[in-house]
Amino acid sequence: MASTPQTLFDKIWQRHEVSAESAATPAVLYIDLHLVHEVTSPQAFTVLRERGLSVRRPELTLATMDHSTPTATAQVFGGAPIAVDAAARQVRELEENCRHFGVELLGLTHQQRGIVHVIGPELGLTQPGKTIVCGDSHTSTHGALGALAFGIGTTEVTHVLATQCLLQRKPRTLALNVSGRLAAGVTAKDLILAIIGRLGVAGGNGHVIEYRGETIAALDMEERMTVCNMSIEAGARAGMIAPDETTFAYLAGRPRAPAGEDWERSLVRWRELPSDRGARFDRELDIEAAAVEPMITYGTNPGMVIPIGGHIPQRPGDAAFARALEYMGLAAGEAIKEQPVDVVFIGSCTNGRLSDLRTAASVLRGRRIARGLTMLVVPGSQQVKRAAEAEGLDRVFLEAGAEWRESGCSMCIGMNGDVAGRGQYSISTSNRNFEGRQGPGVRTLLASPLTAAASAVRGRVTDPRELCATA
Amino acid sequence: MEPFITLTSRTVVLPAANIDTDQIIPARFLTTTTRSGLGERLFADWRYDEHGAPRAGFVLNQSAAAGCRILVAGRNFGCGSSREHAPWALIGYGFRAVISTGIADIFRNNALKNGLLPVIVEDAIAAWLMAHPGAVVTIDVSHGTLALPDGTTASFPLEPFARHCLLEGVDELGFLLAQSADIEAFERRA
Ligand code: SF4
Repeated sequence: MASTPQTLFDKIWQRHEVSAESAATPAVLYIDLHLVHEVTSPQAFTVLRERGLSVRRPELTLATMDHSTPTATAQVFGGAPIAVDAAARQVRELEENCRHFGVELLGLTHQQRGIVHVIGPELGLTQPGKTIVCGDSHTSTHGALGALAFGIGTTEVTHVLATQCLLQRKPRTLALNVSGRLAAGVTAKDLILAIIGRLGVAGGNGHVIEYRGETIAALDMEERMTVCNMSIEAGARAGMIAPDETTFAYLAGRPRAPAGEDWERSLVRWRELPSDRGARFDRELDIEAAAVEPMITYGTNPGMVIPIGGHIPQRPGDAAFARALEYMGLAAGEAIKEQPVDVVFIGSCTNGRLSDLRTAASVLRGRRIARGLTMLVVPGSQQVKRAAEAEGLDRVFLEAGAEWRESGCSMCIGMNGDVAGRGQYSISTSNRNFEGRQGPGVRTLLASPLTAAASAVRGRVTDPRELCATA
Repeated sequence: MEPFITLTSRTVVLPAANIDTDQIIPARFLTTTTRSGLGERLFADWRYDEHGAPRAGFVLNQSAAAGCRILVAGRNFGCGSSREHAPWALIGYGFRAVISTGIADIFRNNALKNGLLPVIVEDAIAAWLMAHPGAVVTIDVSHGTLALPDGTTASFPLEPFARHCLLEGVDELGFLLAQSADIEAFERRA
């Protein structure tokens, strides 16, 4: 049996089975890293209190705050009260819960605070072969380092806090083979948007995706995170990429990565993780990278996506489609390019890392954003913020007329005070264009940092390849 | 949790596909630290206008919706975020079951853990239910079946352990806590 070729997913799953699944019961799966944030944890800690339970492995648990926290410097560091009352309560409750249960917290003013999916890899806590969960669907991000990482609900947060385990049925596997090279001006964000367009928003349901092939191997670590991040937008619980030299180089020397002899031993284990030759996936799908163009969404789910030079499709008789376009104030058959925009948001766990900020800054350097447009640049973590400032990126953004904020989820999710206005068009580098996601009535267009920055300059949906060509 | 054995109720129909959890409960209501009180916010942006007044055209604001405990929805219900506030809001409103041709993974898990039954049916059954809002249907958890008013029955998939928990009114946490010997053994091996 030992010779049966296994996938990356199979190997990690098998090594974490406390007990395997049977017809009557799911598997008991052991969790190596549990990330906790302020929005999906309060009710879980309440259950621990009600049942008189403790946190089984506090040292495998790390809390931070990101979703409801403000990004205005005065509210984070200046002693000004958090503008949203309920958010302030949530922040206090997480502080109290972490104190009470002995969980480490990277709190509001901590130098290493940030969006939970940005700081895990950044600290070196996210490692190949680990099982990682968080009460957040974009936990799939961590799969970029060859971990099995998925989002859970609050009841499951309670389970992991109390037992370090989850009851899980084994998902199916989907190999997504990407070949060829991405063209200039086409980013990892465009690739994953194109993949979601192909799969559909439910195409990955019940599956864990392994992104494979030469295109994926050529991506750097942050690009891989962008890809895995949006796996959930295709319905998949997790996305993974085999660990390789890129992964190891990224992790080496990070504060919580293994060091010394431990590092050497880890490398040996990590090198055994990639899927074996001949390993069987439940499904396979091939994508040609060279055919991918800069992508942009036009509707109210991430599957409603087209190449930036394309036209909004026509689907007569589809009431949901018509409703989505009505919400967006767009018409079937019309071009998306040149659509005026009001707000540009650069940030989120999808595109809030240093390389994303560099990309956006490369477009904005020496330029100004269009008159009347609001642009928010929100680093994914405080470490990203400092690194960007060390390179002078903050000045590029400020001189262009954008706002430069403290880290957090910000305008990715309208619950922290950062929202756009009803009816406004927002080009956003985040991951969800659902109705109201960036505030009631806001019309979100998802795109890459390159497209978002180019559109900020012109105040209209702009193909970044054209802006750069005319520069 | 109370045991969930059978449920008979009229239905409410929301035909849209891909109803995401941001529609079920918009993010700005997630600043709560409890599970209660979310029923009033269910589908908030569809149910109320920008001044907080009920939108007359929305199905939950119509008198026929009162007392309905079964929601029939378009395919891929509950996609998007992992917020358990979505099933809490549906339960808070009074729903005990959601019927669709497809229900997103995380939502389905979260729903089951709170005694909200996800019922996945074939296209033909869904089409009939969509065409007959307010129909009285009966869901039988132990047999995993759904009965329409004309006597037609359809089976739906239900993970055996989840079924056991629903029928007995127990939750998974008790089961997991009882595995502590195995968990300790695993930790020693690891
Ligand atoms: S940035 Fe957006 S998607 Fe990412 S964790 Fe925050 S709210 Fe969720």
